[in-house]
Amino acid sequence: MKNNFIALIAGIIFGLGLTISEMVNPARVIGFLNVTGNWDPTLALVMGGALMITLPLFPFILKRSHPVFSDKFSLPEKKSLDKRLLIGAVLFGLGWGLAGFCPGPAITALVTLSPDVIIFVLAMLAGQCLQSYVERVVIKKSV
Amino acid sequence: MEINWLGGIVGGVLIGISSVLLLLFNGRIAGISGIVGALVVNKPTKDNLWQMLFVIGLLIGAVIYALSQGGLQIQMQASRSMLIVAGLLVGVGTRLGSGCTSGHGVCGIARRSKRSIAATLVFIVIAMLTVYIKQALGL
Repeated sequence: MKNNFIALIAGIIFGLGLTISEMVNPARVIGFLNVTGNWDPTLALVMGGALMITLPLFPFILKRSHPVFSDKFSLPEKKSLDKRLLIGAVLFGLGWGLAGFCPGPAITALVTLSPDVIIFVLAMLAGQCLQSYVERVVIKKSV
Repeated sequence: MEINWLGGIVGGVLIGISSVLLLLFNGRIAGISGIVGALVVNKPTKDNLWQMLFVIGLLIGAVIYALSQGGLQIQMQASRSMLIVAGLLVGVGTRLGSGCTSGHGVCGIARRSKRSIAATLVFIVIAMLTVYIKQALGL
């Protein structure tokens, strides 16, 4: 119950962050990625602002034996680099560069009810399901 | 477009605070691709309620902004067909690479995760190259 309340509040704050910083606007994001054009460093300010908070505070939080409202931290377990991670990052980078949308801003921009945003989000969700299906069914069968 | 100094820093700090709250209280990483993926890839159960509430929160946050600012401006940068290709790539890529800008870029780097630092460098450089090539081809 308390966990769910925190998730809702965290979501609202995150959504405010993405809109106040204009990261929901693909033109802002492409402006950052377009290094040879009229470069717009706003995205770097956003990442810098976020890291200013998370970089110093995460190590303190992770020193605790458990989170305040939960028995344990749920963190990724893999530690080393692998092909999956790097290929995934390349594909994500391609899609991000083509549209100027990454998952958070795209979902948040749904409130505009723009058909373009809805189409992007549906394609993104389809891509997630496709990847998960390929892993579960196709790859497992071939092993 | 003029640099949005204040909005960028304030927005970034809010994203950082949100990530800190989720980790401190719930022990969870604020990675949006993972949060959304958990809702669509498998049939959601009651354990996924927090992810659903986080996504609803994102939308509420945007509505609060839009109401207070008299709207939310977005300017699309790609055609519909390109948006479909890009969406598929983002979906497959974030699933395969276990994260996106928030999970790897903000939370992973803060955990000093080698994987997240590498992933963030790769997707930023690839995205910059993609924009460069897209413009060179006049797309």
